Amino acid sequence: MRAVWTVFAKEFRENLRDRRTVLTALLLGPLFGPLFFSMMLQLSLDRSRVGADEIIQLQTINGVAAPNLMAFLQAQRIHIVPVAGDSTAARRLITTRAARLVLEVPPEYVASLEAGRPAALRLYADSSRTGDERYAARLSAVLDRYAQQIAVQRLTLRGVDPQLLAPVVVHRVDVSTPASRSLLVLGMMSFFIVLSMLTGGMYLAIDTTVGERERGTLEPLLATPAPRGQLVLGKMLATCAYMLLSLTLSTSALCLALGRIDLEQFGMSANLGPATAVGIIAIMAPLIPLLAALMTLIAAWTRSAREAQAWLGILQLVPSVPLVFASLLNLAPRLALMPVPSLSQHFLVTQLLRAEPLDKLWLATSAGSALLLGALLLVPVMRLYASERVLG
Amino acid sequence: MIEARDLHKRFGRVEALGGVSFLAPDARITGLLGPNGAGKSTTLRILYATLAADSGSACVDGDTVSVANTDVRRRVGVLPHNAGLYPALTARENIEYFARLCGLGKAAARQRTGELIELLDLQEIATRRAKGFSQGQKIRTALARALVHSPRNLILDEPTNGLDVPAVRKLRALLLRLRERGHCILFSSHVMQEVAMLCDEAVVITAGRVVACGTPEALRQRTNAASFEDAFVALTGDAGEDA
Repeated sequence: MRAVWTVFAKEFRENLRDRRTVLTALLLGPLFGPLFFSMMLQLSLDRSRVGADEIIQLQTINGVAAPNLMAFLQAQRIHIVPVAGDSTAARRLITTRAARLVLEVPPEYVASLEAGRPAALRLYADSSRTGDERYAARLSAVLDRYAQQIAVQRLTLRGVDPQLLAPVVVHRVDVSTPASRSLLVLGMMSFFIVLSMLTGGMYLAIDTTVGERERGTLEPLLATPAPRGQLVLGKMLATCAYMLLSLTLSTSALCLALGRIDLEQFGMSANLGPATAVGIIAIMAPLIPLLAALMTLIAAWTRSAREAQAWLGILQLVPSVPLVFASLLNLAPRLALMPVPSLSQHFLVTQLLRAEPLDKLWLATSAGSALLLGALLLVPVMRLYASERVLG
Repeated sequence: MIEARDLHKRFGRVEALGGVSFLAPDARITGLLGPNGAGKSTTLRILYATLAADSGSACVDGDTVSVANTDVRRRVGVLPHNAGLYPALTARENIEYFARLCGLGKAAARQRTGELIELLDLQEIATRRAKGFSQGQKIRTALARALVHSPRNLILDEPTNGLDVPAVRKLRALLLRLRERGHCILFSSHVMQEVAMLCDEAVVITAGRVVACGTPEALRQRTNAASFEDAFVALTGDAGEDA
């Protein structure tokens, strides 16, 4: 088995000397990714926090016709800005982004209200602007309350119990815990980690196979007396080593970066200590040989490094396929799903983050299945290297 | 001793070799001569087991060559056509890597690499990375790589390709020295003068078949040609150029 270590040491060292590759494989992916991810998370959390206590600017047309309504709105922290014009002006205000929301009080409003008929109000907003949606929603809720108030007054005046208007009342009981709430976002973590693992090994998988062929070093290598199986094994081990490095870096970076975000403030908590990081690495690591063998097989089979890059780019999407299926079919973690690579790792990492106890049998099934599949994939890789097809 | 026995090889519909047989004895330099596309590289690749023949056999010292037979391959040193080096490794590291793969221990690999660096005049580039090597430096390093396990038999595919005159002379001196020590040397070339000057035996191959073999002088006489070059043209005809 000496050739395995010779090849491993040489590939590992050679790749380390390629500074640009090391930079992309080990810094950009595993470190930049988590940073970006946590920034996005922080941003989205910040945005969801605004609303309840923020003062909304509301442009009104003909607001003077409805002084009670204006007073009610102002009491609800809505700042009224009267503007002149008609419905065309209101539309223009929205499309030119001069206003987020415009409320138009039509001339017949007062007459309808006094006659007890439904009095129409027009609220202009652009629903394609995602950020404005929640302002419109809050204003609608305020307007609903105002209408409700008038309705109650009218019924009371006529001697009718206003409770008749509410035959059924729904109370929503949220049973999610802070840890489970944060999963909506943290569920992305396993996907991120798999991706950075693939990036970490991709360059080496290409370089040691099709890259070696293109540089003209494969033929002398295959002409040496070293058994070919050992040569491939050494190459794959080097790929595995970089994937493991990438896994360790990205997991630590994610745990650190997300740990800095004050998730508790948003009613969420995640289990992000060093023990969790070690646990995530242990759960994910059995995927490494499988993915390394897959990348090596594809790269050795292609005709050029460019082609290999294209194929391995597609491969980066493959680990997310089970995750997509699981979320579409709403699959719950169970033992029968543990042999599925990537999916089982996702479930287990998620459980770990939720601080739920992990089932030993599940862990063993997940790891065993990934390792077994990796070993099975070695067969076609070895066969390819034993044939002359490998020389292209 | 390297022997090709009725080698046949097809790539899809193209017949690359249609029965190539010859013997390259020990203590002799045998030149495999032929125009481009004649099947020289294919023949050599079969002899050093990166290709498998469809039929016929390749033997080294009487043992059949195959991917699985690592023992036979230990007795052969190979310089493939357009052989490359690892650009991020130094010349010394490139050679040492192959020494280790040929089964030499750490100390032995280091020592042998040192000897070859001296033998092939590589001192200047020994600690430089191979990325910017000239063609001559590349070939000399690759040659050291082929010699690293002191093989009895040497297969060189167009070793003088891209070498300047002094480098060719050095190579020639080296090959002659190896011949004196009893090594079997088989090399391919399409440059007549080289073969005429260097080899004891020439095997002329064209369109996948051996058309003549013998000493360069014998071949010249047989074709009644004024020079070996004319003899080569007479033997191969025009077949090679568009093959």
